Amino acid sequence: MADYKLRVRRYDPESGKPPYWADYQVDLDGHRSVLDAILEVKGREDGSLGIRCSCQAAICGSCGVRVNGQAKLACNTKLSDAAANAAKYEDGGTIKVEPMGNMPVLKDLIVNMDDVHWKKVQRIVPWLIPAGDPPEREYVVPPETMIDVTQSMACIHCGACVSDCLSMEVDPLFIGPAALAKAYRFVGDPRDSQTEQRLNDLAEDPHGIYDCTHCFNCIQVCPKGVAPMDQIMRLRRRATRDFGITDQNNGRRHEEAFTNIIRKKGILDERKLLQDSFGVLRPQGQIQLLRSLPTGLRGFARGKITPRKALMHERLDGMENLRRIYDHAEDHHEEVNLYILGEGETQDEKEPAMGETAGGPTS
Amino acid sequence: MPEHDVLVIGAGLAGQRAALSAARAGASVGIISKVHPVRSHSNAAQGGINAALNPEDSWESHAFDTVKGSDYLGDQDAIEIMCQEAPDELLEIEHMGVTFHRNEEGFLGTRAFGGASAARTYYVADITGQAILHVLYEQLMKHPEVERYEEWFTTGLVLDESGRCSGAITRNLRDGSMELFKARSVILATGGNGQCFKPTTNALICTGDGISMAYRIGAPLMDMEMIQYHPTTLAGNGLLITEGARGEGAHLYNARGERFMEKYAPNKMELASRDVVSRAEQTEINEGRGYPDGTVALDITVVPRKRIHEALREIVNVGRDFAGVDITKEPIHIKPGNHYIMGGVKTDVNGETEVPGLYAAGECACVSVHGGNRLGANSLLDTLVFGRRSGEHAAARAAEIVLNPPSEALLHDEERRVSDLIRREPGQGRRISEIKTDLGEAMDRHCAVFRTADGLEEALGTVRRLREEYESAAIDDRGSVFNQDVIAALEVAFMLDCAETTLISAIHRTESRGAQFRTDFPERNDEEWLKHIDVTLGPDGEPHISYSPVTITQWQPEERKY
Repeated sequence: MADYKLRVRRYDPESGKPPYWADYQVDLDGHRSVLDAILEVKGREDGSLGIRCSCQAAICGSCGVRVNGQAKLACNTKLSDAAANAAKYEDGGTIKVEPMGNMPVLKDLIVNMDDVHWKKVQRIVPWLIPAGDPPEREYVVPPETMIDVTQSMACIHCGACVSDCLSMEVDPLFIGPAALAKAYRFVGDPRDSQTEQRLNDLAEDPHGIYDCTHCFNCIQVCPKGVAPMDQIMRLRRRATRDFGITDQNNGRRHEEAFTNIIRKKGILDERKLLQDSFGVLRPQGQIQLLRSLPTGLRGFARGKITPRKALMHERLDGMENLRRIYDHAEDHHEEVNLYILGEGETQDEKEPAMGETAGGPTS
Repeated sequence: MPEHDVLVIGAGLAGQRAALSAARAGASVGIISKVHPVRSHSNAAQGGINAALNPEDSWESHAFDTVKGSDYLGDQDAIEIMCQEAPDELLEIEHMGVTFHRNEEGFLGTRAFGGASAARTYYVADITGQAILHVLYEQLMKHPEVERYEEWFTTGLVLDESGRCSGAITRNLRDGSMELFKARSVILATGGNGQCFKPTTNALICTGDGISMAYRIGAPLMDMEMIQYHPTTLAGNGLLITEGARGEGAHLYNARGERFMEKYAPNKMELASRDVVSRAEQTEINEGRGYPDGTVALDITVVPRKRIHEALREIVNVGRDFAGVDITKEPIHIKPGNHYIMGGVKTDVNGETEVPGLYAAGECACVSVHGGNRLGANSLLDTLVFGRRSGEHAAARAAEIVLNPPSEALLHDEERRVSDLIRREPGQGRRISEIKTDLGEAMDRHCAVFRTADGLEEALGTVRRLREEYESAAIDDRGSVFNQDVIAALEVAFMLDCAETTLISAIHRTESRGAQFRTDFPERNDEEWLKHIDVTLGPDGEPHISYSPVTITQWQPEERKY
């Protein structure tokens, strides 16, 4: 047993007072969870401390909170880990627990997920739409497709990714990582008949798949390994590669411009990126380019863009190596999926060690 | 004041299934849940759902396995219905979108499960319950005509003047306001009461609300002594390791490295029914062949790693996060732990209880398809088949009757009861959390795998003392918004009802059958005890025992061997 210090962000909407920090101390083993500590405080000291919780096993998704500034499930965050993490900051080992971000706080650690999450889930048309009447028996589909969508099915809607999503912070209308991961669950399902319509809808929506800025936060905080950003990227790949969807948000043009510039120069050329993303030969693109002029001018004013940089863009040495990377990446379209490969394992490691599984599972 | 033809309380698998089928039958439906529906404990069902769908399999075989698993206490007419309807139910949710595992040819694939004579368990990795729950919730989102009341806590059921159940009183957790919901039919789908035990695999929300509420308005409870201890739970926190692990080939070993199931179930080994495996483990532990932490070992490393990642992913997480064990590399220590109640509110095969207008489905109900011991992967099936049947029947019944509105005075009485509890002055009384802990520990000590009259009596004494202490227990939170403190207090009162009826039934049944093993009466006694124990709340406020016969159709009781 050890003493752990907790600093909890509390808020009582009925008090008329602003949120405040409250300090608690609990005597628990380090392998116990942050949720255990909060329940200990609730049970022994103050039953009014609010937190949603139920399964205590990281499957119901109720207890999403921020621990030391990062979204987590309180129930699968060990006290010893949280304290060690907290010790890196100024508070010297005091575990900070506060409500998740990007969501209005209802009371203490309880947030309102309705608008930022549940309505977004509703937005992606979250049910299977097969063509015609169902067969007499099951739909016959390739087995790997069902395993493939299991990763997005594993989402427990805890809201951790939504909490720490940087795009959501800038654009609260962004459909968001969890709902888009859910969208992949239908796009990747061969029984669904609306694959193209779904992709078109999500690509054309100004708050859709191209609103993600690849910050990786959702992948980092997801407690279930859903990797929402990977699912969003797969939606993009399906939209462009499989259906050739060119969206009004210039998402596809931007990605292609990015890829092509790097392939050619090895380093990003922002001027060209802007031109190619809008498409200077398109009348619509020219208007959009003109509209972005103030941004460009601000870039000049602040030294982000210099006349030298804008007109004479450099090219890196060793381009043949870069080309090899491109060739390899384009030949290997394998998706990373926890249900197919083990976490942190490479393809080679997946092969069982000698003798380990001799005789098979049930011999 | 909300009014519906059919009001469903609880939004796990049984509740959502009931709501969807009632709506399809044309009823106006409301569904109330104290948590957001996807937080429901149906999530925790990992291994799968049984159905005799393969042409080589038969519903009779599934039914016989279920009857045998129940130690002949299950009602065979209900079991026949469940097993006959299983394939269609499975196909229906597959068509709705559940991403069931496929075999190499692309057809639905199965895994082996305990107590079954064929591999007939259909699954989504080891998140089957979650996968089905989410798909049903997708259907609720698709059908907004089903009105959802998310984060509303039901405090009690109401009767009209003729004694018909005509609604429920609820508290909106978000603002503390209370409402009287009127309904022509009410379906309870509130799940089990595992929180009466500590530790348990059950979530904090599994507090027996519906079982207690039905009991309080006069509905008989049945088979309440039949509490399942799951063979593979983590010591300490009680977390579940799916039976799917053994279904995929994992072995059990004692501390001497012996695969001890050879002694207890030489044919089925680790895949004997759960009561048998749990008793075997507990015997090994009690006789000193377990590990010092009171466990035995589950060795999943015999399952190929690729298969573990594909089919047992959640268990990899549980092992890593909650036990610090990489299950692909080393055995994990496990023990029997509280998991499921076979008993509950007594219903017929349409979910109707003995209180007119009141239905029950899922774990809170006792049809009884599980009898003395439930087979793994039959619980999901139970929730869906009897959830659907309850919904259909309740809708048909609602179409025939005129609502006789319950009295508003009932709402005011209940509001007063709750606000008195909130305002109660903290005196010398104990804390609600202490009462809950004492209850859980007493139940786990005395009402677990092995039971004795003395132990059960001692636990009953504890429950009665806790009831008295409850009367003076005070809470801290005086607020309206998310007052979880008062909800916990109301839940503990529900739990005390459940625990008391369980103990009384367990004391009364002086034999060993299924999950009830009395060391003072170690044999099954069909002559005297091939019958259900019903418990009803008497007008004196005390539980009263009566019996109902076990329905036997085609399988006469015989000795049970695995």
